[in-house]
Amino acid sequence: MVRAGLGRPALLLLVGCAVLLVPVLNRLVPEGSAFHLEDRLVPLFGKYVAYAVLAVALDLVWGRAGILSLGHGAFFALGGYAMGMYLMRQIGPRGVYAHPVLPDFMVFLNWQELPWYWYGFDRFPFALAMVVLVPGTTAFLFGWLAFRSRVSGVYLSIITEALTYALMLAFFRNDMGFGGNNGLTDFKDILGFPIASADTRLGLYLATGVLLLLALAVAIHLRRSPLGRLLVAIRDGEPRARFLGHDTLRAKLFVWTLSAVLAGLAGALYVPQVGIINPSEFSPQASIEIAIWVAVGGRDTILGPVLGAFLVNGMKTWLTGAAPELWLFVLGGLFVLVTLVLPKGLVGIVELLPRGRAPAGGPAAEPAARPAEAAGG
Amino acid sequence: MAETPRTLPGGRLLEPQILLYLDGVTVSFDGFKALDSLSLVLEEGELRTIIGPNGAGKTTMMDVITGKTRPDSGTVLFQGGIDLLSLDETAIARLGIGRKFQKPTVFDRLTVGENLELATQGGWSLARLLAGRLDAAAEERIERTLETVGLAELRAEEAGRLSHGQRQWLEIGMLLVQEPRLVLLDEPVAGMSDAETAKTAELILRLVGRHTLVVVEHDMHFVRELGAKVTVLHEGRVLAEGPVDAVQSDPAVVEVYLGRS
Repeated sequence: MVRAGLGRPALLLLVGCAVLLVPVLNRLVPEGSAFHLEDRLVPLFGKYVAYAVLAVALDLVWGRAGILSLGHGAFFALGGYAMGMYLMRQIGPRGVYAHPVLPDFMVFLNWQELPWYWYGFDRFPFALAMVVLVPGTTAFLFGWLAFRSRVSGVYLSIITEALTYALMLAFFRNDMGFGGNNGLTDFKDILGFPIASADTRLGLYLATGVLLLLALAVAIHLRRSPLGRLLVAIRDGEPRARFLGHDTLRAKLFVWTLSAVLAGLAGALYVPQVGIINPSEFSPQASIEIAIWVAVGGRDTILGPVLGAFLVNGMKTWLTGAAPELWLFVLGGLFVLVTLVLPKGLVGIVELLPRGRAPAGGPAAEPAARPAEAAGG
Repeated sequence: MAETPRTLPGGRLLEPQILLYLDGVTVSFDGFKALDSLSLVLEEGELRTIIGPNGAGKTTMMDVITGKTRPDSGTVLFQGGIDLLSLDETAIARLGIGRKFQKPTVFDRLTVGENLELATQGGWSLARLLAGRLDAAAEERIERTLETVGLAELRAEEAGRLSHGQRQWLEIGMLLVQEPRLVLLDEPVAGMSDAETAKTAELILRLVGRHTLVVVEHDMHFVRELGAKVTVLHEGRVLAEGPVDAVQSDPAVVEVYLGRS
C-alpha cells in the first residue's frame, strides 16, 4: 500500500540529520552563539535518544504485533545493569575503599570475594555479550511460556508488569549483589576513556544515535518483510493466521526477543550517559511511561515512537524542573487525550491532512459503489 | 478409533476417484447427537451442496473433516486412505483441505494482494519470512486467483475498504491460492445482495473441475443456481441425496423443511 509522506530512506536520513544536530550545535557553533549547545546538555540528549530506541523497540511488539508490554523497562534495565557491572569493574582500586577487585558496595557489605556472576564483566566484549544475552534470554523464556500458553491481550500486559515488578523487588535486595537500592554508580571510565569528559560523552551520544538508526532500519525492514505483514495478521486475528498455516508462536517469539535485545542495548548506552543504574528503572511506572511515549507519537509508525520519546521526555525534563507536582497529572492527561482524540498519535495528524490522491467522496464512497459494478459484469 | 477395519494399509479399499470418504461418523455433545452415523462420499472434481435445517449437523461435519472436532466413532478418509482422524488441524490444512468460515476473516489492515500473499506463505521459515520475496510460481498463482475471484483491479486496496461481497471473494481467494484439493465453503452467500449471490454462484461454477468443492448453504435459490448434486442432512444423518429437483420433490425433505409449520 502506498502511504502519504516520506519514503523510507528519506526517513532514515531525516532522523540521521536530527541526530547530528547535537554535535553540530555543540562543536561547530561557537560558544558565544545563542544556538550553542552546552556540553552538560549532550548526555541529556543522549538519554532521549536511548529512550527513542526503547520506544522503537516497544512499538515493534505493541504497534506491529499487538502485544502490549508494560514491562519493557525490565529489558532496558537488564541491559543497563550488564553495562553497569562492566563500568563498576573498570573502577578497580580507585573506589572509596580502594579494594583492587570488589566494588565499594560489596566492601561496605563485608563481602570477601566477588560473586561468580560478576566474573568476566571486567572485559568489555563479555559485558557486551551479556547486554544482548541477558535481556534476550529473559524475554525468550518469558515469551515462550506466555505465548505457548496463548496468554494475550490484557493478561499478557499484566504479567509483563508483574515481571518487571518482581525484578525490581529482587534488585532492591542488598544480598542480590547488584548494589541494592543505590544501584551501580560512581563510574570512572569506559574503554579507557574518562566517562565524564565532554569527548567521551559526545562519543556515547553518537553511538546511541547509530543504535537508533540501526533500530529504525530493523523496524523498517521488518515492516516491509512478509514477517511484518504476518505480525499485523497476528495482531488482528491470530487464530486465522494460524489457520493459514503460519507458526504464530515462532513469529511472536522472534519479534518479542528482538525487541528485548534492542531495549537492552538502549539501556546499556543509557547507563554511562546518566552515570547510574538503580532498581527504579524496573518500576512498573517507568515501563508504563514507555507505552505512553509510543501512544503519543503514534503506534505502528516509523517516526511516531521517536517523536513521542523526545516530546514526552523533553516535557518531563522541563516540567519536573518548573512544576514537579504537575508532571504526573500532565502525563496522565496526555495519555487520556491521545487515546480519545488521536488514536494514531501525533504522526496520525499527518494522515488526517488532505491528500492529493484521495478520492473526493472520501474513503467510504469508493468501495460502496463497487458491488453494483461487480454485479453488472 | 484404532479398531476401525476400513483403514486398510495403502488405502486400497477406496476407488481412486474418491477424494473424501466419511462412514458412520458420530459426534455427540452432552448426549445430543450432532452427527448420527453420517456417511458421505465425494468424488474428485465434484461440486456438492449440503443443505439442511439448523442443527442438522452441517457445521459439525465440516469441523470433523478439518480436524476441529473429533468424532466419537466413524471413519474419515481422504485421497485414497489418509486417515484424517489421526491428524490435527494444521496437518489437515497442509494436505490440501481448505475451509471458508461463515464470517469473513480477511485482514482489514492488509491489502487484497498482501492477504493473498500471506495465504501462500504458510509454513515458511523465519529466515524466508524476513528476507523472502515471492517466487514466480506463487506470484502467478496470486494473479490467477485475483482474476478468478474478480479482484484483480483491487489488489492494492486495503481489505477493510472492500464491500461485504468482495471480502467474501477475497476470503475464497485466500483458500484457492493455496491450491487445495478440497474446498469447504460454509454459507458463502450469507448476507450478500442478489447480485453478489449470482456472482458468487458463477465463481463457484468456474472452480468445478479445478477443485473438489463442498458448499453448505441455506439459500435454496442459490443451491438451484449451482445445480449440483445435493445432500440433505437432518438430525445428523443423510436424509436424501441427488439432483436438486429430485431432492426438492422428495416427500421426506418437504416434511422436514415445511411439514412442521
